[in-house]
Amino acid sequence: MKRFVLGLLAATALSGAAVAQEDFSPALLFDLGGKFDKSFNEMAYTGAERFKEETGIEYVEFEISNDAQREQALRRFAERGHNPIVMAGFTWVEYLNKVAPEYPDVDFTIIDDKVEQPNVRSVTFKEQEGSYLVGILAAMASETGTVGFVGGMEVPLIGKFECGYVGGVKAADPDATVIRNYTGDTPSAWNDPTKGGEITRTQIDQGADVIYHAAGGTGVGVLQAAADAGKLGIGVDSNQNGMHPGSVLTSMVKKVDVAVYESFMDAKNGEFTYGVQNVGLAEDAVGYALDEHNESLITDEMKAAVEEAKAKIIAGEIEVHNYLDDNSCPYW
Amino acid sequence: MEAFDTLIAVLDSTVRLSVPLLFAALAGLYSERSGVFDIGLEGKMLAGAFAAGAAAAVTGSAWAGLAAAVVVSVFFALAHGFASITHRGNQIVSGVAINFIAAGSTIILGQAWFSQGGRTPLLSAEGRFNALHLPFADAMRDIPIVGPIYSELLSGHSLLVYLAFLLVPFTWWALFRTRFGLRLRAVGENPAAVDTAGISVAWLRYRAVICTGVLTGLAGTYLALAQNAGFVKDMTAGRGFIALAALIFAKWKPVPVMFACLLFGFLDAFAIRIQGTPLPVIGRVPVQLMQALPYILTVVLLAGFIGRAIPPRAGGVPYVKER
Repeated sequence: MKRFVLGLLAATALSGAAVAQEDFSPALLFDLGGKFDKSFNEMAYTGAERFKEETGIEYVEFEISNDAQREQALRRFAERGHNPIVMAGFTWVEYLNKVAPEYPDVDFTIIDDKVEQPNVRSVTFKEQEGSYLVGILAAMASETGTVGFVGGMEVPLIGKFECGYVGGVKAADPDATVIRNYTGDTPSAWNDPTKGGEITRTQIDQGADVIYHAAGGTGVGVLQAAADAGKLGIGVDSNQNGMHPGSVLTSMVKKVDVAVYESFMDAKNGEFTYGVQNVGLAEDAVGYALDEHNESLITDEMKAAVEEAKAKIIAGEIEVHNYLDDNSCPYW
Repeated sequence: MEAFDTLIAVLDSTVRLSVPLLFAALAGLYSERSGVFDIGLEGKMLAGAFAAGAAAAVTGSAWAGLAAAVVVSVFFALAHGFASITHRGNQIVSGVAINFIAAGSTIILGQAWFSQGGRTPLLSAEGRFNALHLPFADAMRDIPIVGPIYSELLSGHSLLVYLAFLLVPFTWWALFRTRFGLRLRAVGENPAAVDTAGISVAWLRYRAVICTGVLTGLAGTYLALAQNAGFVKDMTAGRGFIALAALIFAKWKPVPVMFACLLFGFLDAFAIRIQGTPLPVIGRVPVQLMQALPYILTVVLLAGFIGRAIPPRAGGVPYVKER
């Protein structure tokens, strides 16, 4: 059967480029939290949409609703000849490790973690660098000297955000206090805005006036509660400044869309590469968002400080600690 | 003094967190006391939250959201009633079905109507139940002890919070001091006796599940329009089940239900507050333990360590007139 399919593929490849283009069918798999989480998954979606717009090639996608669907979805897409298959989220690791060797002809991309298989491209982001920058902004915008952090599910990946953020805050204001909370330890922690809002209110009660979230859908509640209380929130992954103009200080942007877009594009052009891509400020893959919604909140002084730190990180003068290296953080 | 302020802040948070539990647990109380078990509280709450978010987004009015939430929740409650009262189906199966239908349909409809991935658009202040400030709240703030209790703890909640706590004495009165309440309890204990007295068992139970629908609608409205500014998929996050646990924990009695909900809310608020900070004597408490505590307490209760939780005798059993 496989040989038959390969034969068919070869035949279509011979019959002209236009047909080959139609057969090219990339696939995108989202993580729990869903396509429109206004955050991580939505960025992946944006990247795929951009590819579709530019090339006119349709892609297939799947939003899982529980972990049991992961392996099944991967196999199904590989079975049906979708190539490349891009998946967003670190939870895919163990499933991809299992499935990738069975389909050596299919190219996979995993975003947010590493899978060491010959046919896999792993894209990881230096979230700590972007978080460091928004940490500097948070500390400078804070009037109370206390800022907050709300994480989603308690996993090491979010530790990267947390650690970089604390590092940035302490760099700008060594005496600042950072109140850190996680929403929970089950995947529902990515989708519980009520709890996120309550955590934010608690942090505000404790004196925090700038709160950074790395909590997916839960963050909707964090930004809402901060805006309701007249405090500042900081968005994550996507540019969330526009959700509450004037009440979102900035967003730690993580260009998941570029990772998805490039995977699709490279595969289309036959330039797909494998191995680990660890991208950060230098590659412009993470950063802080500045637009019409928050320009009045960021003073020239803040902008100068954050640009200076950015230059230093890119030059290697400042090295922001990566939480995943040793599962600990020197800043707290 | 600082410890006192912290306590007030935690209690304030407790009130906010326990309100959805209280609405849902009282909702379950009506249904279960009449002999219809309801594990579909979660689903009805979710459907209510979605209806509230959607209607408020379209009309811009919080009251329209509330009305839509109640209508939709009552509809789901009647569906549960139709399956388990009229057709004498398994109440647990029907409840589970309600949960699944609510979880799926809210996302599908939300996506179809608003194209935001099952989310409803963020609401402005007019579309929400905002915090009410009781009279003199600001003036009394500086009075020691009483001031913070009044201006922080009692004032500054949304209308629905006050309604939830008023419903506790109301429910007690309705169940234990009215003819309707007496019959409702009787139909949950011994429906044959009620039937013999010439009262329709089915109609009584239908009225009970309608009450459940109204209250779960309020619970959903509170989540979507008071605590948040719109519906987000799966936003109930298991609160319907915690409410069920509270109901069992409180042995199906209205006033203990309130205390059980406050206790569970307090555990949640306390867990948020102490996360990451070591406590004196005990040291660092794992947050996981605090989150599991409501369930652990309920299991301990069910195992018979803290008194006994005896459900209504006819609970879960469809009424058959003649064999």
